[in-house]
Amino acid sequence: MIGDQPSTLLDKIWNSHLVHADPGAPDLLYVDLHLLHEVTSAQAFEGLRVAGRTVRRPDLCMATVDHNIPTTDRSLPVLDSLARRQMEVLRENAQGHGIRLFDVDDERQGIVHVIGPELGLTRPGMVIVCGDSHTSTHGAFGALSFGIGTSEVEHVLATQCIPQRRPKAMEIRLEGDRPPGISAKDLILAVIGEIGVSGAVGHVVEYTGPVVGSLSMEERMTICNMSIEAGARAGMISPDPTTFEYLRDREFGPNSEEFVNLKMEWESLKTDDGATFDRSIMMDVSDLEPQVTWGTNPGMVTEISGSVPDPCRIKDEKARDSAERALEYMGLQPGTPMESINVDRVFVGSCTNGRLEDLREVARVLDGRRVHTDVHAMVVPGSTAVRRQAESEGLDRIFREAGFEWREAGCSMCIGMNPDTLSAGERCASTTNRNFEGRQGRGGRTHLVSPATAAATAVAGRLADPRSC
Amino acid sequence: MHTGVVAPLDRADIDTDQIIPKQFLKSVDRDGYGDFLFHDWRKEEGGSTNPEFVLNKEPYRGASILLAGRNFGCGSSREHAAWALRDFGFRAILAPSFADIFRENADQNGLAALSLEEDVVRELLARAYSEAPLSLTVDLEERTIADSDALLASFEIDDFRQMCLLEGLDRIGLTLRQAEAISSFEQQRWPNRSEVPPKSF
Ligand code: SF4
Repeated sequence: MIGDQPSTLLDKIWNSHLVHADPGAPDLLYVDLHLLHEVTSAQAFEGLRVAGRTVRRPDLCMATVDHNIPTTDRSLPVLDSLARRQMEVLRENAQGHGIRLFDVDDERQGIVHVIGPELGLTRPGMVIVCGDSHTSTHGAFGALSFGIGTSEVEHVLATQCIPQRRPKAMEIRLEGDRPPGISAKDLILAVIGEIGVSGAVGHVVEYTGPVVGSLSMEERMTICNMSIEAGARAGMISPDPTTFEYLRDREFGPNSEEFVNLKMEWESLKTDDGATFDRSIMMDVSDLEPQVTWGTNPGMVTEISGSVPDPCRIKDEKARDSAERALEYMGLQPGTPMESINVDRVFVGSCTNGRLEDLREVARVLDGRRVHTDVHAMVVPGSTAVRRQAESEGLDRIFREAGFEWREAGCSMCIGMNPDTLSAGERCASTTNRNFEGRQGRGGRTHLVSPATAAATAVAGRLADPRSC
Repeated sequence: MHTGVVAPLDRADIDTDQIIPKQFLKSVDRDGYGDFLFHDWRKEEGGSTNPEFVLNKEPYRGASILLAGRNFGCGSSREHAAWALRDFGFRAILAPSFADIFRENADQNGLAALSLEEDVVRELLARAYSEAPLSLTVDLEERTIADSDALLASFEIDDFRQMCLLEGLDRIGLTLRQAEAISSFEQQRWPNRSEVPPKSF
């Protein structure tokens, strides 16, 4: 409640971070945690320097290198001089401003959205920003967490505040029983397929309902992560006992004494009965199948047992044009069964699906089988800690024996800024979040899938249903 | 007020990976991205110019107003997209709708990302092809779009965005005027500085 008004989770976090409000102007929100990486911060620090400004709260910033670091042997120098320079500049900036940096040789290095939660930096009720659109990931903890541009990064560095217009609140309620073998990735791909890539523009999405409550934290992160793929400003899930358990004993999390008090606070972070959303949609997931994209945005998705759609059947003219273009780019014919499409590459990783549970799932499906001889497959853990833990569980051995490459942590082929890329015409089943043209390499063809589907596909050499493996 | 040639890019959901592909995000500067705008569409695989792409054709090469489909700028938050559009020479993007982060990035760089009715965009797209070079005037103050003969459309923009675009305000400076409010927020939040979460590194 705010006063005696039932309110949404979004409103509660918003109001508790409101520093200043002027009629007509955006609200000024306080930022609890500012995450930084090498690709979107250099110009922001330079802007500060030019204007003679300083970083207001270096203690509320955290930086790491993830986007363009190589995932091969870390003891070797970075060959790409531009990438190297970007990392050096981040180092200089972090050092110069007293910002904690988890550098390439740090055990805590990893994709920024993987390590924030892992280290206990991400907490319920926070406002979190980062110069990266998948900042929506942290909303899984009941935080308001969103991506910003570099000018805004500079703004937050200088003021620890971000001017924002209050977005609308949208509820996506997942009802029914999640069928066995259906992952969080399948759920969120189905949601995006349903509402489209601009379906949530201008809104913060809160995921609710019994299905959401039964998800692990890592699954919730996968869901919130891809909110931006539906155009949402952020995605969030109200914290519950699953959240609190996850937050115990994290390196930078609360100590046990703080924990008791904080838990009480966190328990109030939910949308009250009687509060209204600007928009609500409901989806029954009981009959869901594994999902796979066929086109060049995440909304172009179908079931693994389905076929490539026929653009002629699409009524909306714009959507038809887009589908035609997409099929041309993807080299696919309408009507082709998804399961008959051969792949050249399989990529497991990213801030969407590069966490421990994802890797365990891949190992479970592989189960002693080998990667198809025509497929080049790799696993890139989301963080160095994930890598270490996977190794201690022997997952790396399963991957290697199956024929997967086992790499160091980073964004890797999710964005292809480092040497891990697709060549023109190569087709890849990928656990990442964007199948845009050229995303994984110019001319590369990406099919977004869950970790289990990626594993089954690697073995079959074609898109495959992990449930029949 | 800005008058310029319109380039039609009749596609929906143009993402920032298309506007500026990742291999050009490795610079630590804010300028020099114009050459790489829509790189994979403008350039063939080997690096030669793709003669079919609209921005490689006369009279669109020197266009300063881009006309595009709905949900322009979706995907990655990279501000390099706005920098590249600016650097190429664009001053305004007209589309039925924009992705949230892109619109903010455009605002920050004096690039007017203006939403028009879908029908209006469709009509302008047709004219941009058939009457090339079509020259339009975007009047931010009056919130209108006109050609040399007549007023064609009006658009909505909130007063604050309008003021920022017109005056190129220092947004950080504006927030710093609230320094006292920020300090008192921090005071209330952490009466005792040693409690600052997350645990000071
Ligand atoms: S893994 Fe991919 S989506 Fe996630 S932060 Fe890295 S590049 Fe962005």
